[in-house]
Amino acid sequence: MTKKPDEKYYKLLQELQELDFVLVELTLYLDTHPNDLEAIKQFNQFAQKRQQKARAFELEYGPLLQFGHSFSRYPWEWKEAPWPWQV
Amino acid sequence: MWIYEKKLQYPVRVSKCDPRMARFLIEQYGGADGELSAALRYLNQRYSLPDKVIGLLTDIGTEEFAHLEMIATMVYKLTKDATPEQLEEAGLGPHYVNHDRALFYENAAGVPWTASYIQAKGDPIADLYEDIAAEEKARATYQWLIDMTDDVDLQDSLKFLREREIVHSLRFKEAVEILKEEQGKKKFF
Ligand SMILES: [Fe+2]
Repeated sequence: MTKKPDEKYYKLLQELQELDFVLVELTLYLDTHPNDLEAIKQFNQFAQKRQQKARAFELEYGPLLQFGHSFSRYPWEWKEAPWPWQV
Repeated sequence: MWIYEKKLQYPVRVSKCDPRMARFLIEQYGGADGELSAALRYLNQRYSLPDKVIGLLTDIGTEEFAHLEMIATMVYKLTKDATPEQLEEAGLGPHYVNHDRALFYENAAGVPWTASYIQAKGDPIADLYEDIAAEEKARATYQWLIDMTDDVDLQDSLKFLREREIVHSLRFKEAVEILKEEQGKKKFF
């Protein structure tokens, strides 16, 4: 069973949201500035950091993605609450 | 293909039950310049736009769905503990008799969402100018929503959304310049 939201849940979630914010910003920026090498380097760095952070979050609190983009333990974890609007 | 991610783009916290504010926020859920309109507008226009800007429309359209979920979360949190009496006082009596506390794609005045809120002209410049205008209208609406509440937690999430509209508008303006440059080039061939 995955853990219910505790202090660490909110901390990890916010760290992931912060990394993802950088990635959303860089994605939109690169859509109109495709030749900015420094931005692409930064994008790839953050993409790697976000993978690590997401994995750490999922190990404790269950899958963030489905259709096979996250793994599952037994029993099927995806359907477990809380959903984003409940926390 | 879209993949759902089980997290909000940005935290949504509210410090009190406030159905009055929820009613106003519905404008950004099912209103003309709301997040549903935005997502559907860009994701529909992208099929007929030049390759150079399809990525941008796809990504901004996708981000708008994340904003739609944030608005839904605000409305949910602001109304979940409200009594029918409190909902009625907030002007949500007609909503309550039809939907209980369910969300519905309507504007702050209760008018259901309609496809006529969004345009698709097939002309890239016309479509992108519409998108820029839509972002500016959404930004203005967020400012007015921020002015309507003293809940600092709610204001924080609304300010995030207001800033996103500014960035989207900027990117759409850059997309216009990219297309104008392309058109300029073609003349010489
Ligand atoms: Fe937007």
